[in-house]
Amino acid sequence: MNELTYKLLTRNFNDCCPVNLDDYIESGGYSSLQKALAMDGTDIINEIKDSGLKGRGGAAFPTGLKMEAVKLAEGNPKYLICNADEGEPGNFKDRKLMENDPHQIIEGMIICAYATGIRFGYLFIRGEYAKSRKTMENALEEARSGGYLGDNILDTGFDFDIEIYTGAGSYVCGEEFALLVTIEGKSGRATYKPPFPTTMGLYDKPTQINNVETFCTIPHIIEMGGKGFSELGTESSKGTKLVCLSGNVKKPGLYEVPFGVSVRQIIFDIGGGVPNNRPIKMVQLGGASGPVIPENMLDVKLDFEDMKKQGLTFGSGAVIVMDERVDVLDILKRIVEFFHHESCGKCTPCREGLTQLLIILDRFIEGTASNQDLELMKILMDTMTQASICGLGQAAPTAVMKVLEFFPDEFESRINTLESAAV
Amino acid sequence: MNMVNLKINNKSVTVPEGTSILHAAKETGITIPNLCYHPDQEVKANCRVCVVEVEGARTLQASCATAVSEGMVVRTNTKKVRDARKVVIELLLANHDMNCPSCSKNNHCGLQEIAANLGVRESRFENVLEEQEIDDSSPSIVRNQNKCIKCGRCIQMCNQVQGLAILDYIGRSDQAEVKPAFGWYLADVACVACGQCSVVCPVAAITEKEDIEEVWEAINDPSKTVIVQTAPAVRVSLGEEFGMDPGEIVTGKLVSSLRTLGFDKVFDTDFTADLTIIEEGHELLQRIKEGGTLPMLTSCSPGWINFIEQYYPELLPHLSTCKSPQQMFGALAKGYYAEKIGKNPEDIFSVSIMPCTAKKYEADRDEMSIDGENPDVDVVLTTRELAKMLRQAGVDFDKLEKEEYDAPFGLSTGAAVIFGATGGVMEAALRTVYEVVTGKTLEALDFKAVRGLEGIKEAEVDLDGTKVKVAVAHSLSNARKVMQLIKSGEAEYAFIEIMCCPGGCIGGGGQPFGGTDELRLKRIEAIYKADGDLPIRKSHENPAIKQLYDEFLEEPLGEKSHHLLHTHYKNRKHT
Repeated sequence: MNELTYKLLTRNFNDCCPVNLDDYIESGGYSSLQKALAMDGTDIINEIKDSGLKGRGGAAFPTGLKMEAVKLAEGNPKYLICNADEGEPGNFKDRKLMENDPHQIIEGMIICAYATGIRFGYLFIRGEYAKSRKTMENALEEARSGGYLGDNILDTGFDFDIEIYTGAGSYVCGEEFALLVTIEGKSGRATYKPPFPTTMGLYDKPTQINNVETFCTIPHIIEMGGKGFSELGTESSKGTKLVCLSGNVKKPGLYEVPFGVSVRQIIFDIGGGVPNNRPIKMVQLGGASGPVIPENMLDVKLDFEDMKKQGLTFGSGAVIVMDERVDVLDILKRIVEFFHHESCGKCTPCREGLTQLLIILDRFIEGTASNQDLELMKILMDTMTQASICGLGQAAPTAVMKVLEFFPDEFESRINTLESAAV
Repeated sequence: MNMVNLKINNKSVTVPEGTSILHAAKETGITIPNLCYHPDQEVKANCRVCVVEVEGARTLQASCATAVSEGMVVRTNTKKVRDARKVVIELLLANHDMNCPSCSKNNHCGLQEIAANLGVRESRFENVLEEQEIDDSSPSIVRNQNKCIKCGRCIQMCNQVQGLAILDYIGRSDQAEVKPAFGWYLADVACVACGQCSVVCPVAAITEKEDIEEVWEAINDPSKTVIVQTAPAVRVSLGEEFGMDPGEIVTGKLVSSLRTLGFDKVFDTDFTADLTIIEEGHELLQRIKEGGTLPMLTSCSPGWINFIEQYYPELLPHLSTCKSPQQMFGALAKGYYAEKIGKNPEDIFSVSIMPCTAKKYEADRDEMSIDGENPDVDVVLTTRELAKMLRQAGVDFDKLEKEEYDAPFGLSTGAAVIFGATGGVMEAALRTVYEVVTGKTLEALDFKAVRGLEGIKEAEVDLDGTKVKVAVAHSLSNARKVMQLIKSGEAEYAFIEIMCCPGGCIGGGGQPFGGTDELRLKRIEAIYKADGDLPIRKSHENPAIKQLYDEFLEEPLGEKSHHLLHTHYKNRKHT
């Protein structure tokens, strides 16, 4: 492939069919679990803390701290949830992880459950991912018959099992509280926090909830040791990251890279650049809820610190390339329409704000927008970002805000164009 | 209790651990505006009006949902906060029927008040309201989707206090609405018309069905003798509508205000509450003596009747056959009073002032008509509607002189006034049943065990050697628990009082807006004060009641009582 990519989580990927239990064991699978089961739970958590692993779902919360909080939280039973409700446009890494190497996820979940003292696990799979579900069902069955799941795992006396829960395809159910209430049988709507799921999660019990990729990383940390793992990546960002490269790029697809590579390297050195070498207009990072950046910022590194310094985030790892042919406002309208469709409708800024944001965007597109519209749009987006109840409403205007920041002319040039044309 | 120190707008404040920023701010003299928050409900944090700046937080925080922490630094009035609150209010207004002057909640609207306080003169956003049909299918309450701000207060009331879940969110995004399932009409779902949703609605999305005009018309019709009855609970809450403290007893002003409006005779439902005790007490004793269906359940709360008919029809034989005091009054007005004053029943227009929206439904029932054509109670007005009438007529309530009720339905006892509070009917019944059974004078009149806001209360009474167990429940989630006990055979009670609304009638769905326990307790306190202030406190000692039996009814449970004062119920279970 390329010296910039790295095979850790994707090392068993064969682009053909899921790795079955025998092949997984053959490649060293479940040996981390055996190693972990001989350890003390606190020691496992310490290894994970030492590894510097941060959550791969987008929020980048230190996984070891989360596990420690769940372990220390009062309440019984506790729950472990793998968030595989991958709904962020531009992302497909969780699907690939499930469909290529299902046991890697299961092993990671069992290790975490053992470390934090949890007996019940849920795997929440996005409704549209029928194939992922099937693959995971088979793998869970294999794991049970192999003695890795269920009662008395590998004769250690530890009991843990995983149940699959499928959503109905609602984007907001990837938000952890909306996800939790869905499992409880309620309609998927976000709620305020704190309290966080670590103390008051599923059925108001302490709950560890992590992304698929995060769980997949756990067996490797146990295998390499926390310190060994932390040598991969950069000072602020340890390990590898799955990147979902899409858009106007020659070789779109899923790539695993060590932290520290630049977005430019991902697009050009790994992805082969833009077809016909057309200039890049902008690149969206993370997915529909992420920031867009202009060509001259492509040297930003896949690194939590470097991104933060530049006011950026890379969410769960999507890189969407858009060349010079795109109509920026048209792209923004599609993005805002997506969030408008997916808003749960609970809180005012998101429910009403997205409707109004679309109306104002349309004025710019139609050429009827005024200077006041520009001001109103800014104050509206500030309110959505600041006052929405969950990440959906808070992040929904991100792309629009970044276009205003990096491509102000896209808006300013369209103020009152209809009128001036008429004159 | 652990105390927490924090700073709000540079003022230091110390509050107990777990206090919300909203409450902590109150301690410093700052009222943070809010719409979805309700002190007796779970925190919803969805309106986002109460946001504040908390140092170190990435975003603004909902002060209703955020607990204080040691060293926290909060700012409630920065530009960022003001801007966000304003935008939130403007967003709500942009999806709202903005005909405020003609709105039934004009000047009583949470949204209007906050908009005015924040200096929102107009919404800068385009109005996107898609006008929807107003659901006035229920005789009691009206649902106006065009006013709804989706705060969810009504949902929590209906689901958690009443245990019914008639209202819930349906739809997502800007299609999210608060409605009965499948968007059905209220009349087509198992709504009990209690109106508790309307009490907590901060806007005019759910209100009582207004019947004021019909009353004005009758008052202006010289051929009609317009009489009015006032329920016990109205006298301890009407004052709130005119700026008086909750729990102020305004009986005398209430009477004179009604005369001012032009009612020909002002009577008291308390009179027929006393009558209810006589009839219901004897019915209970008859059931005990003759092995009738026990436990017997009270029947004066129409929301509760709607509940048992639709949810537990198999238990209808447990219901007392007594009509409610409102309907006993109506039957006597048209079947006794008309004749007494030499009028045709159809020339009597009978109005009742009730704390209740379900009373409108009750008065509308076919069986609540002694001639089978004209209703015994022509119009039911809620406490809130009476206040509106008084405002329409420009009555300065505070300045009114106190006046007395008219005879013959004006004299009542302390036992009747306590009908207004949960446990009151039980206590009133016990005062009478004890003396009827034992022949002895009851010295301690206060049955404290059945008073107060506990959901289900129990007591045991010694009737000269025979021990009788009774229970009292208020709000329908508690009623449901009691029904399950009866069904499982675990309810070893002879008599159970059930009131639909939390706190009893003083917390009724037609009472002044707010509906907090704090308010209910003040009204309850006033009810027992009114009881204590009355010279007669036992229904069977009411001389006017004795006279009514002597002159007309002859005996409790007699032929005339059966015809006028008792009723039957229907299985209305939804299938």
